[in-house]
Amino acid sequence: MNVPKSLNALTVGGRGRVLSLSSSGRMRRRLMDLGLIPGVKIDCVGRSPLGDPAAYSVLGAVIAIRDCDAQTVLIEIE
Amino acid sequence: MGLTHSSTGRGAVDTGLTIEKRNPSDLAVALAGNPNVGKSTLFNTLTGLHQHTGNWPGKTVTNAQGYVRVGDRGYHFVDIPGTYSLLAQSAEEETARNYLCFGSPDAVVVVCDATCLTRNLNLVLQAMEISKRCIVCLNMMEEARRKHITVLPEKLSEALGIPVIACNARKKKTLYPLLDLLASDAGTPPPQPVDYGEEIEGAISRVVPYLPAPHGYHIPARWLALRLLSDDPSFRKELVEQLGENYLSEPALLSALQSAKEGLNKGGIDEEALRDALGEAVMRRAVEIADVAVAHPSEDAHKRDRAIDRILTGKVTAYPVMLLLLALVFWITIAGANYPSALLSRALFALEEPMTRLFTLWHFPLWLIQLLVTGVWRTLAWVVAVMLPPMAIFFPLFTLLEDAGFLPRIAYNLDRPFRACHACGKQALTMCMGFGCNAAGVVGCRIIDSPRERLLAILTNVFVPCNGRFPTLITILTLFFVGSLTGIFASLASALLLTAVIVLGVAVTFLVTRILSVTCLRGVPSGFTLELPPYRRPQVGQVLVRSVFDRTLFVLGRAAAVAAPAGLVIWLLGNLAPGGIPLIVRISDFLDPVGRMLGMDGVLLLAFFLAFPANEILIPVALMAYTAGPALSEYASNGELHALLLSAGWSRETALCLVLFSLFHFPCSTTLITTYRETKSVKWTALAFLIPTVVGVLICLAVHLLFRLFS
Repeated sequence: MNVPKSLNALTVGGRGRVLSLSSSGRMRRRLMDLGLIPGVKIDCVGRSPLGDPAAYSVLGAVIAIRDCDAQTVLIEIE
Repeated sequence: MGLTHSSTGRGAVDTGLTIEKRNPSDLAVALAGNPNVGKSTLFNTLTGLHQHTGNWPGKTVTNAQGYVRVGDRGYHFVDIPGTYSLLAQSAEEETARNYLCFGSPDAVVVVCDATCLTRNLNLVLQAMEISKRCIVCLNMMEEARRKHITVLPEKLSEALGIPVIACNARKKKTLYPLLDLLASDAGTPPPQPVDYGEEIEGAISRVVPYLPAPHGYHIPARWLALRLLSDDPSFRKELVEQLGENYLSEPALLSALQSAKEGLNKGGIDEEALRDALGEAVMRRAVEIADVAVAHPSEDAHKRDRAIDRILTGKVTAYPVMLLLLALVFWITIAGANYPSALLSRALFALEEPMTRLFTLWHFPLWLIQLLVTGVWRTLAWVVAVMLPPMAIFFPLFTLLEDAGFLPRIAYNLDRPFRACHACGKQALTMCMGFGCNAAGVVGCRIIDSPRERLLAILTNVFVPCNGRFPTLITILTLFFVGSLTGIFASLASALLLTAVIVLGVAVTFLVTRILSVTCLRGVPSGFTLELPPYRRPQVGQVLVRSVFDRTLFVLGRAAAVAAPAGLVIWLLGNLAPGGIPLIVRISDFLDPVGRMLGMDGVLLLAFFLAFPANEILIPVALMAYTAGPALSEYASNGELHALLLSAGWSRETALCLVLFSLFHFPCSTTLITTYRETKSVKWTALAFLIPTVVGVLICLAVHLLFRLFS
């Protein structure tokens, strides 16, 4: 099994599976509402021109997340 | 953009929770759904209203109501803000939840985007828990088909246990089955959609028997118990507001809650863990159901979107493409507006003569005829002729970009720079709304969750020129800075200059945001998540017709409401002449020294003050003052206008300072009133007035000094 990494380590075109979220409060709720719950597949589909935020595809929708927030999402890279 | 009559200006306010039914048999139906799934489109198609729609999440920030009658049945539809969840983390989610909870709708229709059903189902399941009747409306089925995503409505309905109707929100005839279903009395409460597991279900059943009936509201006990167990403070506040302090202070309920919470704690579930478990259970159930009802044969269903994204958000291409598109839109606007403007002004001014003759026939006194014709009518005609054509071209174009899904990409591209100013990329979306109307932009700031970042966006919105200032900028730039260029090159040069002016406005937005965020609005940037919706082919024909029509109404409405009375005031100022000198001359003479310091003159300064109710009338007021009072000159051609302004002593410096001060000065009265409504604070409203004014004064002073230095 792969070593857990944080979501922002995913390179464009890479895919991972959510393991856990370490944020709390509002951001945690929002990320979960967007579908980031353990086991869900997540793809990095692009980065904004200045490198941050990045765009991720989750459950069929594309969501922009800043690196500082993506850092709180633990994934295993597939 | 697709800002419409009802979503701008004073229409941009909340409609609240209550519905006045016209008939007892009328149905109140809430339209819920994730952001950007076509709720507002469906709402418009059903009700014939023009709620602003656009391909970006969060553009509906308030509840909108509309009525439709089919046969002998009336339906009140309420378009509630799009949300991912009802667990209320943001202002929109609170608005949505409060309506579903305390607005007592007869049914909730959850509009779903068939191309990303799983995430939509999360909200469906939550809505099922809270409503007495719930129906799923599957929108964008054709788009899903194009992307080779197959959704099976029957399977979905079977798995959820509630009716599912496939439709196309843009086509009314596909919506009749929905109306028929709503009208049939077959509505039964939705089944229990999610099982939260032994421990949590146990806690629920321990609390439910002790919950007093919520008087006058239909709130399922199970749902209520869950909210109380997970201790949602915003819900508790609303509950106390609606049901009174006593509702929650029943000793039996308190002890039941206490013991249920203790039970959960023993199982290792504290409040945070409970909220997690609830969110996760719902999402898992959504994934399970989607597995049954959706087939995704192709992995790269969104291949085309990613390819477009590589250009619009690419490292090298993103910013140049944004600027090019902006310049292109301006160019088409300016080139296209020239001829219709001239035509319109000729037609409108030609009406003066028959009007005068008619009034003479009716034996109106001469002063009244002059007041009506050269005061009121001329100002109105001027505003319509100059404002209407560019706006009727610009907004449809902008709407096309909006509908295609371009705006969220702007926010995405600009998030990094905004973060450097301790703000957030969604501010870019509110700026785009500001193009239409700054008051609407200020209301639109509700899409920003953090109150601090929202205030930053509200205070800086005015740096984007609105509908009322655009044509002034275009006119002045064309007259004074394009030089001897003609035809296509002239309009191209104007467009590039205008783009430069907008870029300057954006730069100042960044600067002021940054300064505010280290002074009176200190704080660190909060989180940012933004959905980048699929690109959609805009309904070109429909957008053009709708948007041209809307803009025309908007401009005409403003012209009638503000320009006409302003024309009256200006005429009076120009014709009341105590001591032989018209009032308008006296006042502008008085203001002249200050005006000169700002690179302009007293007349222009006075015009800015008189244009406080509406920026549209800035130039007409100035012209009337220049022509020494009696009446506003006819707007004949750009050449004559240029000559007139030159003879009034204008130089390039005057024109430049006018452009700059028009971009950077106090917001119009409607925007200020809206700012007060949104912030509920005199202090912030005062700052909204002062900040842009100070910026404008400083910039104009600097320009004036530079010109002095070099001439």
